[in-house]
Amino acid sequence: MIEVKNIDKSFDGNQVLKNVSAIFETGKTNMIIGQSGSGKTVLMKSIIGLHRIDKGRIEYDSRNLPDMRMSEIRILRREVGMLFQGSALFDSLSVLENVMYPLEMFSPTSKEEMIDRAYFCLKHVNLEEKAFKLAPSEISGGMQKRVAIARAIALQPKYLFCDEPNSGLDPKTSLIIDKLIHEITHEFDITTIINSHDMNSVMEIGENIIFIENGEKAWQGNKNDIFHVDNEALNNFVFASELYKQVKQANQ
Amino acid sequence: MSLLSETGKYFLLMKRVFVLPDRRKMFFRQFPKELEKLGLQSLPIVAIISVFIGFIMTMQTKLNTSNPLLPVYTTGLVTRDTLLLEFSSTILCLILAGKVGSNIASEIGTMRITEQIDALEIMGVNSANYLILPKIVAFVVMMPFLVIFSMGLGLVGGYFVGILTNILTTGDYLMGIQYAFVPFYIFYSLLKSMIFAFIISSVAAYYGYYSYGGALDVGKASTNAVVNGSILILFFNILITKIMLN
Repeated sequence: MIEVKNIDKSFDGNQVLKNVSAIFETGKTNMIIGQSGSGKTVLMKSIIGLHRIDKGRIEYDSRNLPDMRMSEIRILRREVGMLFQGSALFDSLSVLENVMYPLEMFSPTSKEEMIDRAYFCLKHVNLEEKAFKLAPSEISGGMQKRVAIARAIALQPKYLFCDEPNSGLDPKTSLIIDKLIHEITHEFDITTIINSHDMNSVMEIGENIIFIENGEKAWQGNKNDIFHVDNEALNNFVFASELYKQVKQANQ
Repeated sequence: MSLLSETGKYFLLMKRVFVLPDRRKMFFRQFPKELEKLGLQSLPIVAIISVFIGFIMTMQTKLNTSNPLLPVYTTGLVTRDTLLLEFSSTILCLILAGKVGSNIASEIGTMRITEQIDALEIMGVNSANYLILPKIVAFVVMMPFLVIFSMGLGLVGGYFVGILTNILTTGDYLMGIQYAFVPFYIFYSLLKSMIFAFIISSVAAYYGYYSYGGALDVGKASTNAVVNGSILILFFNILITKIMLN
């Protein structure tokens, strides 16, 4: 479980996060949603420790991140997997080498065991074996996302972060990626945090949703609660399209 | 103030770079790749420039020192000492600041803007050490070989003046390049070039590592790496010359 308590973050005097508190539960797909510029990416990067917060606590199973030294943060990060918006695969390595990279860096196992683990992860995300030797630039965006998920789970992380996992993907591939993240979260009992403004994802896998507006937590609930919320900003954001307005009416 | 903070940031980055690698195996896997990319791939440009500069320097020296009172070995001697003292170390490094510096800055800068460096950090890898240390070590190790290669080819270029033109005899040239040879100049030149290699690679890595934004910003980082690397080379050239040759 990850718990953030009263965190503030400013950039050059501009306060981006204001007293945000939230609990991200283990074995659930926790989603941070909000408009562009609302502060959700800053919140996620603060939780990971890429941004140093001004005030508050970020507890990874009671271990407070802001209190840790860099060496301790590095050790903690070996328990973390991350799926980046642009996949962030290493250009100079093949698909298989990308997945093997964290294992080679931190796993004490033999080369054969590392290869077996990388094969297991790549097959788990339904990637065909013929793609394993290809460079990231030679595979599609959807496949790159799958490789990035495989790399993120290679070291069996306790915490998985996904920044806009569906960005740039078609609706069908988005759905596949969403389901994959959801399955992995439940199967390996991971604390997953997804940063998204894709309403399809929210409705599909949002088990614990945090809505951020102007740097503040404006609402927290799940995908079923979202239809019965009074929060105007949340309704304007979630039910902006005609389709979702109709979905809401059908649910009420 | 900006210069001070940039300098501070540079030294803090170097502090992260110069630690023992998380996995030595990974360092030794990267190291030969960097030797090949930064060193061996620079050989063609070093060869072409050195031969042509050696040739033109010999020609210019001969044509502009036509005083009959000057000994016949003057041209060879001037060419050799210019190559040894300045061209094959300083000028060559200024050229390599363009080739290697922009290569390092753009490679690391692209990794930064495509979040590959963030990915390394989140895995718990010291990204500065993993990405930059093999480049600096490889380039510093390769540089003396490039300099010796350049010296040799520069002298060969000068020799061609004797063969291809009738302004100088090869005998006079060969006598000149052997006359009053000071072996210390080689040591001075190699040491200087290794310091320049460190400046080129570390400054370029710094600009690449802290680049942000998009492709345009990577281009700016690359330009800054070349310009500032070149200025530092010129500044340190004066400093090292003052210390070692005075």
